[in-house]
Amino acid sequence: MKPVKVENLSMSFGVGEAAVKVLPDVSFDVAAGECFGLVGESGSGKSTILLCVAMLLSTWGGRISIGGQPVRDMSVMERCRNLQMVFQDPYGSLHPRQSVRTALSEPIRIHKLGDMDDRMAQAMTDVGLPVSFLDRFPHQLSGGQRQRVAIARALILEPHVLLLDEPTSALDVSVQAEILNLLQRLREEKGFTYLMVSHDLAVVDHMCDRFAVMQHGVVTEVLGRDAILGGTATHPYARQLIEASLAYENAM
Amino acid sequence: METPILEVEDLSIHYRGAPQPAVRNVSFTLGRERLGIVGESGSGKSTVGRALLKLLPTADITAKRLQFGETDLLNATEKQMLDIRGNRMSMILQDPKFSLNPIRRCGEQIAEAYLTHFRCSKREAKERALAMLEAVQIRDPHLVYNRYPHEVSGGMGQRIMIAMMLLAEPRLVIADEPTSALDVTVRLEVLKILDDLVREKGIGLIMISHDLNLVRNFCDRVLIMYAGRVVETLNAAELDRAQHPYTRGLLAAQPRIGGNRQPLPVLDRRPEWSQPMEGTA
Repeated sequence: MKPVKVENLSMSFGVGEAAVKVLPDVSFDVAAGECFGLVGESGSGKSTILLCVAMLLSTWGGRISIGGQPVRDMSVMERCRNLQMVFQDPYGSLHPRQSVRTALSEPIRIHKLGDMDDRMAQAMTDVGLPVSFLDRFPHQLSGGQRQRVAIARALILEPHVLLLDEPTSALDVSVQAEILNLLQRLREEKGFTYLMVSHDLAVVDHMCDRFAVMQHGVVTEVLGRDAILGGTATHPYARQLIEASLAYENAM
Repeated sequence: METPILEVEDLSIHYRGAPQPAVRNVSFTLGRERLGIVGESGSGKSTVGRALLKLLPTADITAKRLQFGETDLLNATEKQMLDIRGNRMSMILQDPKFSLNPIRRCGEQIAEAYLTHFRCSKREAKERALAMLEAVQIRDPHLVYNRYPHEVSGGMGQRIMIAMMLLAEPRLVIADEPTSALDVTVRLEVLKILDDLVREKGIGLIMISHDLNLVRNFCDRVLIMYAGRVVETLNAAELDRAQHPYTRGLLAAQPRIGGNRQPLPVLDRRPEWSQPMEGTA
């Protein structure tokens, strides 16, 4: 699996004087096989980073590389084999009129991988869904099942890096537990590198080895998991976020 | 014991055209306290809140008793309900981005709540609204009064919503996921403001939420709903001692800071949970 390196990433929306700089200068490294978290309040630019890494936004400056290779220089085909993304809302990210089979078979066909049925069956098994679900449409699935399909779709091209944008925040706690377990198991089995955005520090603590705290587009601090309870954060905003999350969790 | 604010007995709600009722035989009594209703999406918790305000034109509501103070909600006319809504019973919704009118200034919307229910001059209503903005700890009420909803942050929007809903000093406030759209750092602040006002004015509060942590900290009593039924009623402080496997499952499925990172226990849903239970309060 491959590491991810983000160097001096900058991004603004709009042009000229009306331009809004959402990411002034962001740098961080994610080791191969690591789960790296991005936390921060809404509007802090954490999802924007994922969109830049995935080249869904392309007007950024700086350098993003996967396994030493800049994502900008990759062809679309190559990029899709390197990284895949799972979005927040499984109700919005699956095409309502395409069956699971269509959603999963399309990438295989485009990339001319062959063994279509085997690959689809494998992906479904990997995410814990029965193979018979291939013929279902999104409206015939629950929220958790939809998110599993979205993950299966991300797995089907055997990427190295998975970009997870709040993969469980639209789900109930009980379903969130299932999806987090699934993501954890997949990482252990296949050694994916995860870049995970979340606003929930408990989820980040459960999943990630290290995480970056973001505010107004700036990475204020990169912390290890033990910094949450250890109180070793130094930046005022990072401390505030950790304190608020702890206070929220442990009854007052 | 003082007379309860709200008495609900055997409330069932059936959306027309749906094969099964969304809510079945829910009973509870509410005094001057904070009651939490917790459950997963689809458990019927929000439907209960809306039924109390009779905001469900497409559903059939049946109950043995639905008494709010002197008013029998079950037989109340729409005219009576108009007088109750926002005056004696009000509701705080999830996301201020969608629940405030985007093309009117925040302050005017708050003042409108007062003008609708009390005979007074516009000037008096404005003064009331400004005082209320101050009560929800907005530092510069005059500035915020003249802003449009898109010009305020989520936390401030929700405080404006609270100001609007508490302005008429209702006896009962229903808060439907009041903070799930907010960032953790402002969530506690907003909850604290709501909590202080509710206690100070002696208002009954029904807090509808999917978040067990939230109701544990901000409620006195908790109803846990599953598939349209109340499966368990607990004192919030005793949530850890829950008996029902569903409640215990929900508590265990929550990742915790400093947890052991073992796979989280997942809920093993039993068909008997959606059957009526023996001995529920």
